[in-house]
Order: sequence, then structure tokens, then C-alpha cells
Amino acid sequence: MATRFTVKGLRASIEGKEILKGIDIDIRGGEIHAIMGPNGTGKSTLASALMGHPKYEVTEGEVLLDGENLLEMEVDERARAGLFLAMQYPSEITGVTNADFLRSAINARRGEGNEISLIKFIRQLEAKMKELEMNPEFAHRYLNEGFSGGEKKRNEILQMMMLEPKIVILDEVDSGLDIDALKIVASGVNSMRSEDRGFLIITHYQRLLNYIKPDFVHVMMQGRIVKSGGPELAERLEAEGYDWIKEELGIVDETVGQA
Amino acid sequence: MSTQLNAPVSRENIEALSQGRGEPGWLTDIRKEAAALAGTLEWPRPEKMRIDRWKLTAFGVDRHPELAGDLSQLPEEIRASLPQDAANLVVQRNSGAAYRNLAEEWKAKGVIFTDLETAVREHGDLVKKHLFSVVKADEDKLTALHAALWNGGVFVYVPKNVEVEVPLQAVLYLDDAEAAFAPHVLIVADANSRVSYVDRVLASGAGRSAVAVHHAVVEVVAGPGALVRFASIHHLPESVTDLSIRRATLANDARIEWIIGDLNNGNTLSVTKSDLKGNGSTSDSKLITIGTQSQNMSITTHAVHYGLSSESEMETRAVMRDSATAIINGVTKIEKGATKANGHQTERVLMLSPKARGDANPILLIDEDDVKADHAASVGRVNEEQLYYLMSRGIDREVAERLIIRGFLEPIVSEVPIEAVREELERMIEGKLNA
Repeated sequence: MATRFTVKGLRASIEGKEILKGIDIDIRGGEIHAIMGPNGTGKSTLASALMGHPKYEVTEGEVLLDGENLLEMEVDERARAGLFLAMQYPSEITGVTNADFLRSAINARRGEGNEISLIKFIRQLEAKMKELEMNPEFAHRYLNEGFSGGEKKRNEILQMMMLEPKIVILDEVDSGLDIDALKIVASGVNSMRSEDRGFLIITHYQRLLNYIKPDFVHVMMQGRIVKSGGPELAERLEAEGYDWIKEELGIVDETVGQA
Repeated sequence: MSTQLNAPVSRENIEALSQGRGEPGWLTDIRKEAAALAGTLEWPRPEKMRIDRWKLTAFGVDRHPELAGDLSQLPEEIRASLPQDAANLVVQRNSGAAYRNLAEEWKAKGVIFTDLETAVREHGDLVKKHLFSVVKADEDKLTALHAALWNGGVFVYVPKNVEVEVPLQAVLYLDDAEAAFAPHVLIVADANSRVSYVDRVLASGAGRSAVAVHHAVVEVVAGPGALVRFASIHHLPESVTDLSIRRATLANDARIEWIIGDLNNGNTLSVTKSDLKGNGSTSDSKLITIGTQSQNMSITTHAVHYGLSSESEMETRAVMRDSATAIINGVTKIEKGATKANGHQTERVLMLSPKARGDANPILLIDEDDVKADHAASVGRVNEEQLYYLMSRGIDREVAERLIIRGFLEPIVSEVPIEAVREELERMIEGKLNA
């Protein structure tokens, strides 16, 4: 069955304040969707709410991955169902090495009795790290501890490559990356494009989309998707900024839940 | 007949015991005097913990084992963690040595590694010079009782300029519910020498259900420029009370590295102290503990700076479960005149149960102006953001929590110098976390 990820009328709040005011997205396997928008319009909240961050309360709507309702699942179950979120601010965890963590994550998917062999795991890990031009030593470093911003982002992409999810959400994965790192990250993502995998790329700049070509572009303001289009929409945003959309829609303040 | 701790230990009993072991007069005298003091001195009073209310009566009777010719005569579970080649190893079973071995290579260089009772007989002058020179018999009821009653033990001597490249190991275990179990460890590292010592204090068989008091004193004398690395793991059962005093005295430019795993299931008093007497001496203490069930623990790391430019680091990490209580003290004392001293300490407590108690008490006592000293202390629960992150990769909550808890202890576990011991420590940690 082809992958299908559907978000219907999603509303979510944090500490009683509504941030998402009805989001609809439909992603099929093979498609890349980009969500763009200025800061403070609810983009990262969408990513966190989809993953199930405990701080966000979903008040309405549906999120289906291949027919399964993700909103009824715990965070780990959503991940095992095939959802992956490359985070904007990944946690640092002392004492847990990158390699141990990744092996636990892979084995959590595979289930007891079907664990990945150590040799196979190491071979895969080394190959993917090479692809991302990561120092092999990072496998034995504590998870994200002391990593630079760019190293953390590569590490998120490494996890994505190792875990082979069905739906990948990249939350501002381009922030804090220089152009070389951006290209490496983008080529990592491109290498994962496939008919049974969908992507949702959240970004505030168009530059990432020069390297990862989206099929659909959505603009988010005030906790809603206010405009959707093809790749040409991203190019126009790059050239003209967001003001023309605000004008077109009569929006004065595009942010949500800010004060 | 077991010795009653709360009653004065009889001088006559002690004398008979000492003479029965063929100990020299000077040692019999130390024991007799200490026995008298034990009747008058008070129990130590650590912060916020009344150890005098613990059950401190079961001193046990003298049970000296046969000396085993090889390790196969030791219980399987004890053997499991011993070095394969059985080299450079001392084993104490109950009240005395069951095995001792030091490779010829080190003997030839003048290194001594044996049980303390044997060292008293064979190297009397050396032992006499240092025994109770670091921890005095007359400090309190505990040190006095220990001086009167210690048995078995370990003696390490490393001559000047000798670097012992392999770790010296000791296993001290109780497998007799009636036995006195009171090892004394004395390590003397002469100028510019270097040595690593690793021990484990365990119970096996009938020792697992013994109602007993394990009282132990460790004395480390580090000469000028000497480096002593001391690692110790205690894993005694719920019914055994562990009273352990460890102390090092450091000459100029000497260094001690303590790695302590207090993983007992019973009440525990653990005091690990460095006296930085020498200029430029340094001390590093790393300690982990896990509190489970209803055990009470008083865990102290302590550094006292006398020497110029002396430096101390102390880091304690505690995981508290069930209704266990731990009072974690970190004491950095800088004496007047110890200019440019630098003391740094950290205590971190991870609380896993609302009924557990974990107090972190950093104490800085500074009597000199031109110094640096700081501390960091925290008591908290498993971090929700970290849990979310791990779970977002498909790891279930329980496993994610376990990864975070193990990770919390890992920076100290990874310092244990012998892989087999490190693995054993990891098994003990798993055991305590799963119990």
C-alpha cells in the first residue's frame, strides 16, 4: 500500500492558548511538501503536535498515517508507525552514545528476537556517516552532547537514514547550517526520496528548497495554511517576501499566540 | 559468641584474639587501646542521618578461611568476576585471606601486595609505620572498634619510582552469616610511584542473608609525586550494614583518584576523604550510588586543602528509588595558607520515586582568600524533553528512561579501569534498577 499521511482540521494549544487553528495537509508517498512562513506562525508547533510533544494539546482534528490514527498513539508508537521528526533543537543526553541510542531505536522497531546484528548495524552506520561526511568518532560520542548546531542537524539526518521512516518531517533543518553542510544534508534527504516515503519540510527560508525540490508549497500564517501552490510559490516568496500574501489576504499580524 | 558493638569491646577478648593470630605486641597494644576507647567514644554523626539508630550489634565471630591454592576452590559467583589468570589478586573470605597472588615481575621490583595480616608478619616495620597513620583509631567509636577488630585486609606497597602497570585487584566477601567481616586496606605508594587498585566487597551464599556489620577502613599514603588510582565497588545485601571510611594523605604533587560505587542494598555510611597536605597535590573523586527499598545512606566525599596550589574535584551521582534515603555531602575545606588552592564539587541526584529522599549538601569551608572553590548541586527527575526525544525515535518510555538513568551514571562507570569489573558494575546497576 502506498504511503498516505493525512492531517484533517488539526487544532492544538499550548497552556490553553490555541496555536494551530485547523490544519489540513495530504501527503502521498513520493511527495515532498514544504511549509513556509515567517517566524511565530505555528510551523514548529505543527511539527511537535504531529510527533506528540507532551506540551501541546491537540483539541480537534485527525492525523492518519496509512489509515492509522496517530493521535491515539504515544510518541514512541507514532515513531514505530513510521513518523520521523528531525528536530530543530535535539536534546543532549549524557552517557548514552549515539551508536547505542540508534541501535536501541532500530531494535525498538524490529521487536524482540529480531534485533539487528551488531556487525550489520555498524556497517550501516559507518556507510551513512560517510555519506553525511560525519567523523566516525561521533558514533561513540554522547548523544548530541557538545555537538555544534550543524553537527546536531547532520545527526538528525543520520537518524532518519538509519530508521527509514515513511513520513519525514524536517523542522527548520536548515537553520544554523553553512552552505556546504546544507548541501550535504539536502543530498542525504534526496537519497531517501522514494515512492513510499513522504516529506514535510518546514522552513522559513527558501534556500533549502534550492536543493530539495518540493512538489507542493504551503504558506502558514496565524496558525493556518493560508496559501498553497507548486514550487513556483517558493520562488516568488524568495523574490518578494511574504508581504504580498498578507496584503492579498488582508492580514496585518501574521503571528499566532505571541502575547 | 558475637561481639556486641554497643557494649565496650573487652580488652581481654581482643588480647586473646590478637595473640591467637600470632600478632606482634605493638599491634596487640593498638587493638587493646582501641577496644578501651570504643567504650567511651561516640558514633560519628554525619549530617541529617542518625547512624547510631542503625542496628550496629552484629560484629560476628572470627572465621578465618583456609588459604586456597587456586581460585577453583572459591564460589562460582565470586570467581565469575576475577581475573582469568588469577594474578595480582587478594581474596578475603569472611575474617581472613583465602587467596593471594602477586606476579614475580612485581615482586622483583619490590612491590608488596598481600593481605594485611600477612604483611604484619612479613613486613612489620613498614606496616607499623603507616597503619592508623591516616585514619586514627581514636577518632570515634567506629574507628576505635575497627582498630580493635579489623581482620584480613589488604596491604599494597609500591617502592620509589616503580610504576605498576597492571591493576591490583581484591575481592572481599562474606559467605558465613556468623563471621566477623572487617577488612582494613592500607596502600603505601612511595615517591613517584604509580599504582591502580580495584576491589569489590560482596556477599555470597549464607552471607546474603547475614545480619552483619561490615566495617572497613582504607588508608592511602601517597608519597611525593605518587599517583594512586583506587576503585571500589560495594554490593552488600539488605541485612548487612556497611560502614566504610576511606582516606588518603597526599604529599607534594601526589595524586589520588577515587572511583566508588556504593551499590549496597542495606544501610550505608560511606566517607571518602583526601587530605591534600602537599603543595601541588591533587585529588579526584567520582562516586555513584543507587538507593532502593527503604535503605538509608550517608555518602560523603571530602577534600581538605593544606598544600599550596592543591586541587580537588569531586563528583557524586545518585539515583534514588522506592523509599530510599540518601544524604549526599560534598565537603571542600581550604585551610588557611593553602593559597591558589582550587576545589570543585558536583552532586547530582536523580529521583525516580516520590517517596525517595535525596539531599545534596554542598559544603564549602574556606579559610584562605586567594583560592578558587565552587560547587554545583542538583536534585531532579528524568528530563521530559530527553524522554520525548528518545521516544520520538520509537524507543518506549521504559527503555528510554533506562537509557537516561544509565547515561546519568555512565560518565563515572566508564572510569572503572578494568573492563570485567566495569561489566560487573553494570550488572549490579541493572540489578538495582530492576529490583
